[in-house]
Amino acid sequence: MAGGGKAHLRDPETVLMRAEDLVVEFPLGRGRVVKAVSGISLDVKQGETLGLVGESGCGKSTTAKSLIQLPPPTSGTISYSGIELTSLDDEALRTARTDLQMIFQDPISSLNPRRRIGDVVAEPLRVWGPHDRGEQTLLVNEMLEAVGIDPAVALDKRPHEFSGGQCQRISIARALVLNPQVIICDEPVSALDVSVQAQILNMLEDLKSAYGLTLVFIAHDLAVVKNISDRVAVMYLGKLCEVSESNELYENPAHPYTELLFGSSPLPDPTAKLDITMVEEGDIPSPIDPPSGCRFRTRCEYATERCAEEEPIMRKISKDHFVACHHPLVPVSEMAGVSA
Amino acid sequence: MSKAMTSSRPDGPLLSVKDLRTYFAMNAGLLKAVDGVTFDLHAGQTLGIVGESGSGKTVLSRSIMRLNLGKNVQTSGQALFQNKDLLGLPLRQMSDIWGQEIAMVFQDPMTSLNPVVKIGRQVSEHVRKHLGVSKKEARGLAIELLKSVRIPEAEVAISAFPHELSGGMRQRVSIAIALACGPKLLFADEPTTALDVTVQHQILNLLGLQQTKRDMAMVLVTHDLGVVAGRTDETIVMYAGKAVEQASTNRIFQNTSHPYTEALLRSIPKTDKPSHTRLAAIAGRPPNLITMPSGCSFSPRCPYAQDRCFEEEPPLITNEDGHTTACWYPVGTVENQAAWDKNLTAGRPSTLAVANGQIIDDVPADTVVGSP
Repeated sequence: MAGGGKAHLRDPETVLMRAEDLVVEFPLGRGRVVKAVSGISLDVKQGETLGLVGESGCGKSTTAKSLIQLPPPTSGTISYSGIELTSLDDEALRTARTDLQMIFQDPISSLNPRRRIGDVVAEPLRVWGPHDRGEQTLLVNEMLEAVGIDPAVALDKRPHEFSGGQCQRISIARALVLNPQVIICDEPVSALDVSVQAQILNMLEDLKSAYGLTLVFIAHDLAVVKNISDRVAVMYLGKLCEVSESNELYENPAHPYTELLFGSSPLPDPTAKLDITMVEEGDIPSPIDPPSGCRFRTRCEYATERCAEEEPIMRKISKDHFVACHHPLVPVSEMAGVSA
Repeated sequence: MSKAMTSSRPDGPLLSVKDLRTYFAMNAGLLKAVDGVTFDLHAGQTLGIVGESGSGKTVLSRSIMRLNLGKNVQTSGQALFQNKDLLGLPLRQMSDIWGQEIAMVFQDPMTSLNPVVKIGRQVSEHVRKHLGVSKKEARGLAIELLKSVRIPEAEVAISAFPHELSGGMRQRVSIAIALACGPKLLFADEPTTALDVTVQHQILNLLGLQQTKRDMAMVLVTHDLGVVAGRTDETIVMYAGKAVEQASTNRIFQNTSHPYTEALLRSIPKTDKPSHTRLAAIAGRPPNLITMPSGCSFSPRCPYAQDRCFEEEPPLITNEDGHTTACWYPVGTVENQAAWDKNLTAGRPSTLAVANGQIIDDVPADTVVGSP
C-alpha cells in the first residue's frame, strides 16, 4: 500500500474539495525528516462524508489538518470550490477558513475552561459577525439547541460543568455557528463512552442533512467509520492503501492492511472467529525511515520482492473501489492506474 | 481466554469476592463507587468487567488489590484470595502479595512505567525483591521475560528508557513486569484502551497466551464489549457501582437479560450493518453516585421502566442457567415486551429516544408512566 496514483480521484467539476500529491514533512534537525504524509490525493463531494482510517502515526490527522492549512502542506495542491488554498495570502485564507471548521478529539481540552459556554460558541461570531449582540445570541441559542443542549441552562456555565459528551456537542455547536461547508472531525468520538458515541454519531448525521455539511471524519474504529461514511480511505504510514465506497470496502476488502485492520477489530460477538494466537513481533516502521516500495510490506504476509522494489499505484477494482497493492485480495479490473 | 469452564474446580475458587462495597466520603455526601459486588474466580479463568466511565469497574479491581488508600475510603465485604481475606490483611503483608501472587497491568503504559529507570531494571525489580535472585540472574530473567512478550532485540531493549518505545511496546513491558514473579491472578485494567486496534489485538492475544501457559486467572476490566467477547469466560456488567448482569460471556451476548446491557450492545456501531444505520442511543446520562435515584439506578434511562422500577430496587436473581440479573422486566420476557409497548404508547421520552435515536440529556426521574 502505501502507494501513489490518482485513479481514485473523481472529475474535479463534481467535487467540493480536492487535494493532490499532498506531502507533509516535519524536520527533526540534523537532516532527518518525519515523512508524515507522502503524496496523498483525496477528494470529497458536496454533502459526502469521507472517512479516514489508519493506525496512530499513519498521518490521518496530519492529512486532514493540512486540508485546512494547519499547517500548510510541504507540497501539493488543495482546491476548495475552485479556490487554490495553498496559494492564498493570510487574509484570504482566514476568510476561506470560515467555511472549513474542525472538531477535535478531546472535547474537554478543546474548550477554554475559563470561559462561559455562551462566549465559547459566540466567539466565531464576534470575529466574523453579525456584530449585533442580539443576533449573536439568537444564533448561539439556535446552535446549542441543534446539538441538544438547553441554552437557558448552559449559556452561563463553564466547560467543567459538562460531561465529555456534552462538551463535544458544544464544540460542534461552535464549529457550526459560522454556517461552514466542510467540517473536519478529528476522532470526535474516540474519547467517549459507547452510549455517548452513539448520540454524537446520530447527531452528526442529523446536522449533516439539516445544514448540508460535508464531513471529513477521522477515526481508528472501523465500525464507527463505516457507520458515518459514504467513502472510506485507508491510510498507512503516510500513504493511501485503499479507497472505496464504504459498504463495498467492508464487503470486499482488497488491501492486506485493510484485512489486518478488520481482523484486529474487536467485535461484540463471542461467536465471531477470532485469531487469538497471532502476536506480531516488533513495531510499525518509523515515518522517519519508511520501507522502500510498498510501505506495508514489512508487515504483509503476501509481500514479494516486487513490493520492496516498486511502489504500488492506485488501481481500480470495481465501480468505486481502488487499491494500491501488487497483490490485492480482490482481482483488479484495470491493469494500470489511470492518472486523472 | 481459555475455554469456558462451567464446572467449578474441586479446590474452590482462587478469588472469592463477597458483597464488596467501596464508598468515598466526600463533602457532598457518601459516594458509592462500588455497591455490593459478588463473584468467584477460579484458577485459569478469565472474568470480564464491563461498564462505562464511572461505573465503578476500576475502583472494584483496585479495592481488591487494596490500592484505594486514604482516610475517606470505606471498604466493606470480603475478598478471599486463597482463603485469606485481602481486605483484612495488614498492608505489610499485602506487599508480599502484590506482584508475587496478584499483579496488575494498568491502562496507561506511559504513566505506569518510571520514565527515568531503564526497562531492564523495571522488569527485574520484583524478581530481585521477591525471589532474591542476583543482579546477573535478574538480567537474564529480564531478557527472557521481554522475549516472552515478543519485544524484538530484548538484549538491547533492557537498556532502553520507556520514552524510547512506542505505546504498544510499553504495554508489553508492563505485562512483562506483571508476569515477572509468576502471579496466580492478574488484573488488567483497560490494558488496551490507549492503543490502536491492531496493537490491542496483539496485546490481548499476548495476555491470553501467557494466561493459558501459566494457568493464571485474569480479571479483564474494559469499557468495550468487543474486548470481552471471545476472550473471557464470565462477564459482569456494571452500572453505577452495581453488578447489573453477571453470566457466562456467551450468555451475556446471546441471552442478554438486563436492559442496560442490551442498550450498550445496541449502541455499538457494527460493521455488518450498512453505512448510515441509525444507532440506538441511550437517553440521559449515568446517575450522580452521591444522589442516586430511588429504585433501579438505570430506571430513568431505561426504555422499559415501569412504576415499580422507580420505587423498588430489583434484587440480583440467578436463574437455572446461572445467569444473574437485577431487573424487574428482564429483556426477552413477556413482561418486558408489554412494558415497551406501554411506554411507547404513552410516549415516554427515554423510550422514544431509543426508538428514534434522539439525544435526551436529563431524563427526569419522575416521568413515570401512569397506569392506563
